[in-house]
Amino acid sequence: MLTIDQATYDRIVAHAKRDHPDEACGIVAGPEGSDRAERVVEMVNAAGSPTFYEFDSTELLALYKDMWSRDEEPVVVYHSHTATEAYPSRTDIGLASEPAAHYVLVGTREHGNNEGPVEFRSFRIVDGEVTEEEVSVVPHLLPLTKE
Amino acid sequence: MAVEVRIPTILRSYTSDQKAVTAEGTTLAAVIDDLDANHPGIKERLIEQSGLRRFVNVYVNDEDVRFIGGLEAEISDGDQVVVLPAVAGGQG
Ligand SMILES: [Zn+2]
Repeated sequence: MLTIDQATYDRIVAHAKRDHPDEACGIVAGPEGSDRAERVVEMVNAAGSPTFYEFDSTELLALYKDMWSRDEEPVVVYHSHTATEAYPSRTDIGLASEPAAHYVLVGTREHGNNEGPVEFRSFRIVDGEVTEEEVSVVPHLLPLTKE
Repeated sequence: MAVEVRIPTILRSYTSDQKAVTAEGTTLAAVIDDLDANHPGIKERLIEQSGLRRFVNVYVNDEDVRFIGGLEAEISDGDQVVVLPAVAGGQG
């Protein structure tokens, strides 16, 4: 299950709506091993396309170096589908390379840039296998328990 | 000519889960060959016949190697090599 706080959910949805009809993409980083989606990083879709997304290679390196320096990892990798259902395509599956991440798909085909509900679905993609999981939107993530 | 090569999560099955390993060589191609000698199979995940795989990014000292000669990119002692799979997808 993906647990995500309302503010993070809203930011991802707003990003997807803003970039429609192009695919929007980004990540939510969190402490390594914590499974906590804490820090949204909107990325530029270097493909600038309604049917494809790709992080710019230089920005990709900067993103990972920043995460490494904070002991973070990508907890969520998100992108939008603007004309098709919010389900990973064959290419999405083939290129998925973060087995520990939640792959979030936002579908904007119904309302585009406008107000209105979107599809918001989460998947695990491991070794080419897709498993959909429940999404639980909570007001706030629980505070980290200190050992 | 030892360099540190940062290995992404998806390829750590080849490096006994190590995040970084050392390799030797004066070009990226040589470094990858040396990597493969110690971690068999990893080369195949980085390279195809025409060169570096389209959705694998390799950086030498923060430069995408596509801009500095690709597999012929020169490597010096102490350089930092980072391998990162592209974050990408698309229809089809
Ligand atoms: Zn997609």
